[in-house]
Amino acid sequence: MRRGAALAAAAVSLIACQHPRRAPPRGPARVQPHTAEPWPERLSEWGLFRADGSALEPNPGVLLYDVATPLFSDYADKLRTVWMPEGTSARYDADGAFALPVGTILSKTFQFDRRRIETRLLVHGERGWVPLPYLWNEDGTEATLEIVGAIVPVELQHARVIHYVVPNANQCQGCHEQNKALVPIGITARQLHRPFWSEDQLERWALVGALTGLPALDQVPHNAIWGGGEGLERSARAYLDANCAHCHSPQGPAASAGLDLRSSTSEPRLLGVCKPPVAAGRGAGPGMLLDIVPGRPEASILPYRMRSTDPGVMMPELGRTVTHAEGAQLVEDWIRQLPGRCE
Amino acid sequence: MRLPVLCALLGALACRTTPAVKPDTDFYRRVQADLIRAKAGDVVELPEGKFVLDRSLTSVASDITIRGKGMDKTILSFQAQEQGAEGLSVKGDHVTLEDFAVEDARGDAVKITGSDGLVIRRVRAEWTRGPNTGNGAYGLYPVNCRNVLIEGSVAAGASDTGIYVGQSQNVIIRGNKAMKNVAGIESENSKQVEISDNDVTDNAGGILVFDLPDLPVQGSEGTRVFDNRVSHNNIDNFAPSGNIVASVPSGTGVLVMAADDVEVFQNTVTDHRTLNMAVVSFQVLQRPIKDDRYDPFSERVHVHHNTFKGGGADPAGLLIKALTLKLGNPLPDIFYDGIVNKKKLGADGSVSQDLRLCIHDNGGASFVNADAPHDFARIDHDLAHFACSHPPVAPVTLAGTP
Repeated sequence: MRRGAALAAAAVSLIACQHPRRAPPRGPARVQPHTAEPWPERLSEWGLFRADGSALEPNPGVLLYDVATPLFSDYADKLRTVWMPEGTSARYDADGAFALPVGTILSKTFQFDRRRIETRLLVHGERGWVPLPYLWNEDGTEATLEIVGAIVPVELQHARVIHYVVPNANQCQGCHEQNKALVPIGITARQLHRPFWSEDQLERWALVGALTGLPALDQVPHNAIWGGGEGLERSARAYLDANCAHCHSPQGPAASAGLDLRSSTSEPRLLGVCKPPVAAGRGAGPGMLLDIVPGRPEASILPYRMRSTDPGVMMPELGRTVTHAEGAQLVEDWIRQLPGRCE
Repeated sequence: MRLPVLCALLGALACRTTPAVKPDTDFYRRVQADLIRAKAGDVVELPEGKFVLDRSLTSVASDITIRGKGMDKTILSFQAQEQGAEGLSVKGDHVTLEDFAVEDARGDAVKITGSDGLVIRRVRAEWTRGPNTGNGAYGLYPVNCRNVLIEGSVAAGASDTGIYVGQSQNVIIRGNKAMKNVAGIESENSKQVEISDNDVTDNAGGILVFDLPDLPVQGSEGTRVFDNRVSHNNIDNFAPSGNIVASVPSGTGVLVMAADDVEVFQNTVTDHRTLNMAVVSFQVLQRPIKDDRYDPFSERVHVHHNTFKGGGADPAGLLIKALTLKLGNPLPDIFYDGIVNKKKLGADGSVSQDLRLCIHDNGGASFVNADAPHDFARIDHDLAHFACSHPPVAPVTLAGTP
């Protein structure tokens, strides 16, 4: 099967799980890549999504994907796609993000129930990765480039209204940064090595020609799948990896804090165990002296900051306005059973 | 229970309500768009006026200037802030920030990460309600930066440090004012730093030169602290617990902890209720050290030609209060804990010439070596035992700053 056809088939097979009611965006039936300014003002100009029916349906060559444990974003549902120019592919890497060719378009659409709020594109342009946030109109028919972001009232369950924050383009770099350069986060072996429908997602990528260099699957690291019941240790570490390590890693924007919350870290001190804060300010909660006190989540700064919604205290600093109670609970349960004690 | 009492008990968070002041969304959108579109060589101009923001402003471009009309004329007020861990967040190389104020950020006021070639000139970072544990931690806050100049600026009300430079190299902090912060000015795990001609008053601690464990960048080396006016830094320490700076006793003038190659000269240090100056090892904090790479000792510290006056009569902190029984009241101008690296002692048991603490020509400054390692057994007030000199620490030259 030709690659494009395979991708199209994969995309079509997935449409069934999307239930949007609204009219879709208009636009070309094929992807229209851009690698330099001016960037399209309207999302539809990229041709990522198809305009028949009511769904947000990927066009041919646009590959839907999912990550093992997602970054929490105010309970938004996320639809992720990747597109690479014909004849190119991602290059496997066991540790870091896969190398992706110039022209690659990553998209992530944030939606609540069926209301689409924003679609963030990360485009591999001629001069590096460029973040392009598109804000959907109320009807969900088109999204427009909104580099300064927005604050959008969104109703969650139980009539709880939040001020959902669409970040500005510069803020993207607050998370998407390694060695001072803007990069994708979720395109890693750990996060992509998971089932996708009936197959392994990475095998599927390799099959359709989207990935080269994939070793035998038992050689590929993987994060626990969120809610997949893989045990406290693996689940909590996957959560920290997905929600914290993009900043808290040696090449990340919060390197100065001396934490390394990646799944691959084994040194307890680097995970925050018995480690005093560096520049936490009032992020160090009342009477709290250490990031993680084994057995005592209530005395640990890390879950305190996860539960906070105060901009000067909360972690992550961006990307949520409400507490991810389930995530905080998971990390607290993990801390509660950690052995050892601090001096 | 009345609401204010409840708020005080629960902390500011529990009582966060809809901001009374409406954010100036148009201003945000305009300025943030300018910052996003800024290209090398651009000046992002901030107009005169007070502008209320509900989100951080973020800059990532290199070779740009962000310029207002004056630190009392262009005021970015974050009193309505709902999002962002700092008021203004800056990345990129060769960046100049000048002539504006950042007020009442929920977290840090101005944070600059990983910049090479940074100038902060005539910028004010302030929490307008004055000292409060709920204020943000840092006022002007470059971290992981190189070639940094901070001058003519003002920092007030920070619940950690007004002007703080961390894990950075080649830094000049001169001609600034820092007041009503927990610490006025601090250099932490940084190399080649000059702190000169600053007015540092009414903080809990004046000027701190620290080297701390567990940080990716280790070592504080080559710091010159000179021509500063450091006086009556006696306000209560209002830092949130858990932070190192919460351990600094109220009424501390100049504090050197675990740093090497520090030259403190020609400063006027007066009227600190606890100590005008202290040179100590990290061990005085009695915190465990788990970092094998870490050197907790202060070595090659040189204190000369300073003027010390007043203070020491009302020390803060139980431990230090207790020490007055042994050290006398008022406490001496210069306190040394006497903790040395035993592995580096010479055959005769003394510290080698090139590592020792040297103190001379400080007028009539009083002194104590508290002999902490021997439980204060051999307290020594004789400055003659420290009458030595080190070669001057080299002045800092900045590369690449405009």
